[in-house]
Amino acid sequence: MELTDWIADARNVVFLVIALAMLGSSVMVVTSRNVIHAALMLVVALAGAAALFLMLGAEFVAWTIVLVYIGAVIVLFLFGIMITRAPTKADPVRLDHKRRWPALIVALGTFATMATVTTMAFGDTPMPDGVSRSGDLGDVLFTRFVIPFEVVSFVLLAALIGGIVLARKDPQT
Amino acid sequence: MVMLATLFALGEQTGHEVAQLSDGGVLAQWAWLIPVVPLVLMFAIVFFGKRLPMKGWELAEGAMLFVAVYGVALFAMNANEGINYEGSIEIARIGSFTLEWGWVVDGLSIMMYAVVGVVGLAVFTYAKGYMKGDIRYTWFFAAFTMFAGAMLVLVSAPNLIQLIVGWELVGLASYLLIGHYWEDHANNAAATKAFLVNKIADVGLFVGVIIIGVTVGSFRFTDILNAVADGDSALAQVAFWGGLALFIGAMGKSAQFPFHVWLPDAMAGPTPVSSLMHAATMVTAGVYLVGRMFPLYQTDGFAIDVKAIMIVVGALTLFLTGLIALVQDDIKKVLAYSTLSQLGYMTVAMGAGAYTAGLFHLFTHAFFKGLLFLAAGSVIHAVHSNNMSDMGGLRKFMPWTYRTFLIGSLALAGIFPLAGFWSKDEILASLSFDSSHDGGTLAMVVLVVAIAGAFITAFYMARAVYLTFFGEYKGHGHPHESPRVMTYPLIGLGVLSIVAGFANIPGVFTGFTQWLAARPQVMGDHHAEAINFALAGIGLAVALLGIAAGTRLWKRDAATQQARDTFRIPVLYPVLANKYYIDDLYMKGVVGPIKGPIARFTNWTNTYVIDSVVNAFGAVSVFLSRIVYQGMDQRGIDLAINAVGSATGEAGDALRYTTSGKIQEYAAALFAGAVLLVVGFLILT
Amino acid sequence: MIVNQFLVLAALLFSIGIYGVLVRRNAVLVLLSIELMLTGVNINLVAFGQYIQDAFLAGQVFALFVITVAAAEVGIGLAIVVLIFRNRASANVDELDLLKW
Repeated sequence: MELTDWIADARNVVFLVIALAMLGSSVMVVTSRNVIHAALMLVVALAGAAALFLMLGAEFVAWTIVLVYIGAVIVLFLFGIMITRAPTKADPVRLDHKRRWPALIVALGTFATMATVTTMAFGDTPMPDGVSRSGDLGDVLFTRFVIPFEVVSFVLLAALIGGIVLARKDPQT
Repeated sequence: MVMLATLFALGEQTGHEVAQLSDGGVLAQWAWLIPVVPLVLMFAIVFFGKRLPMKGWELAEGAMLFVAVYGVALFAMNANEGINYEGSIEIARIGSFTLEWGWVVDGLSIMMYAVVGVVGLAVFTYAKGYMKGDIRYTWFFAAFTMFAGAMLVLVSAPNLIQLIVGWELVGLASYLLIGHYWEDHANNAAATKAFLVNKIADVGLFVGVIIIGVTVGSFRFTDILNAVADGDSALAQVAFWGGLALFIGAMGKSAQFPFHVWLPDAMAGPTPVSSLMHAATMVTAGVYLVGRMFPLYQTDGFAIDVKAIMIVVGALTLFLTGLIALVQDDIKKVLAYSTLSQLGYMTVAMGAGAYTAGLFHLFTHAFFKGLLFLAAGSVIHAVHSNNMSDMGGLRKFMPWTYRTFLIGSLALAGIFPLAGFWSKDEILASLSFDSSHDGGTLAMVVLVVAIAGAFITAFYMARAVYLTFFGEYKGHGHPHESPRVMTYPLIGLGVLSIVAGFANIPGVFTGFTQWLAARPQVMGDHHAEAINFALAGIGLAVALLGIAAGTRLWKRDAATQQARDTFRIPVLYPVLANKYYIDDLYMKGVVGPIKGPIARFTNWTNTYVIDSVVNAFGAVSVFLSRIVYQGMDQRGIDLAINAVGSATGEAGDALRYTTSGKIQEYAAALFAGAVLLVVGFLILT
Repeated sequence: MIVNQFLVLAALLFSIGIYGVLVRRNAVLVLLSIELMLTGVNINLVAFGQYIQDAFLAGQVFALFVITVAAAEVGIGLAIVVLIFRNRASANVDELDLLKW
């Protein structure tokens, strides 16, 4: 498929805008010298992901991303940054390793491999149009997937208790 | 009038129309508040009880006041017009199974609401004085409110699932309350024992609920009982086992033989707990469950055979535990065994098909047993000891406690015209009726046992009264009457113990019978239509005889009392004092054989058989090893091994610098390795 | 829209996340980068689910599970970071070399 054909579809333009925003913000997340900025850039990346999910008809997942990630997890990160007194001003010495090239090679290698594999496998296969099926999602979550669902709730409970146990100050000391 | 006619007829009543009942109006629609208010206030006590002026007691008392007022209002309305209402809300739907929370407002549950409310109100008021100065005062009232609330959840349940929720909550609350003084290890053990014995019996409850619920396809009582009324054949096939399993669950909570062992130990809790537990909550749950499912046991072709088991279990419980009460020195234990005995009466009544008689005894027993425990608590509060050998002569020091305890004892002994007389007589009459119908010889035997039980009851209560209140004071210090906050509840319950029996006088006033029959299904129970003067006379006579015998033995000065009380009948006394060795049987009967003969045999086998085989192998091995060691090992293999070892060591020294301990380097290696694997896989395929 | 555009974007996010995990010294930033990787995984899951038109919506369901587990992971991870910070006055992962030979 030619690029011109691809770009002719208006949805692909939207996709491109979102994807570029996500990529830009993701790169900021891993390179920013300000920790708070890195966390806020993750918000942009996640919002982009939510928008992609809306395009794919997965609106429930999209709003979960917004509520859980952007609403709760990022706040948790900001608290973590505050508590550990991570440097909030530009501080290249303490934020990154000096040896970036091995990491960059590994990352690019991973990307090249994955992109090659998916392109080989899918090529120009068109994506079916997204239809919102949130009602079905609810049904399936409480029938077919009800046991994994409950197990995941236990994982959350364990994490909750574990977090309390780990982070609490030992009364003896 | 049709209703009255059916209610008055003696015997099976299937086939009659269900009485016309009102839906209870607004009062019944809002009855869900009865279990909810105590549970909500329980959380309120936990969260900010300590900051309140009375440390959370006022919230607990408020909860019970609400339940009592609401319960009595419903009771009065039910007495007027008969209420049958069932409300429920759907909580969740999982597949085809619907989880519901509901509330039943019918004759049976209204009776329980009123009893829990009224007795609870008295006990909570009393507990303010009794628990004064306790270090976990607020927590105690939180758990106590939960205890009452859990019982109300159980009672209001329209389906078996909610019943189990309430059932287990009651168990949890009782665990917390029995172990209230957890600093003492024995109290912990008692709490654990109560919990575990109940859990074992709960297996029966669960099995029964599953059998019946799955067969009927619904866990709702109305659906199950309607299936019984329609003669559902699928249910009829499993009804015996389902009914038996449910009854086993009921045996655990209602402490029937052989699950009775937890109840006397439960005396480790504070006295108000014992009082409420024995009167209104917990132990009544089992009888309530049988009453709730009564048509299942009463209808031909269903679980009717379970009734024979029920009547035998009840008779064993009422007689055997009554005897144990005779030799207890701890006043609370005397009362505990007496409760067991009375629960045996209730079970016997249910087994004889007498729904009204069993629940009527539950009703009257709640008042006088609550009273007796509170009065005993008042005594314990004054003399700081549970043992009757430290009491005596308290009549002079504690006049109100004495009077109310006496009323409670007479009511329990079944003296005319106190409450216990009417309910016990009703049970005897039902047994007599049953023996001439489908009960046969068994019911006749049980009738004799029940009359003997009445004698024993009067006998041990006379002993308790004389040892506690007559003779000379044997304890230390100067006992004094309890404060008013404790004596007023005693007086209130004392009045109820006198008048509660008048709620059901066969042939004269049958109010209670009609109140309990206010349910959507026909109960089909037996109840007397007129006083059976012969039986009532016998019952009263044996009770008086028991009191006379007790008076003869124990109404002396302190020294003779003690001598009399320590008078031991050679064989019987050790058996009774050791509670028929049932606790020992559970501990040693199960553990013993494993520790004794089996262990000894294993040890012998180990020493002589296995050891000699092992020794023989050992000797041969040593011989062979010596050859191998000297020949091959020293010269050949060691050299090779040493070479490998040093090579590994050198290599390790060289390679250890790669394990830097820096996790990011490991992660980089991990991803690089994954990529290499994929690339290799792609090239190969 | 073609399937591959989503997959390549997901691969990009994943690789950027890997870069972040490998290069960042501050433990909180490492956790942030892991979130990026998980986002890439989620996009993959939902895109595949949409592609095969699954009747049971397994892709979306599993994306939800990944979100939940990620939330748990962040909670525990940050608790550990706080604990380490309290003990060593530093949240830098390269100073945590207790596993060293």
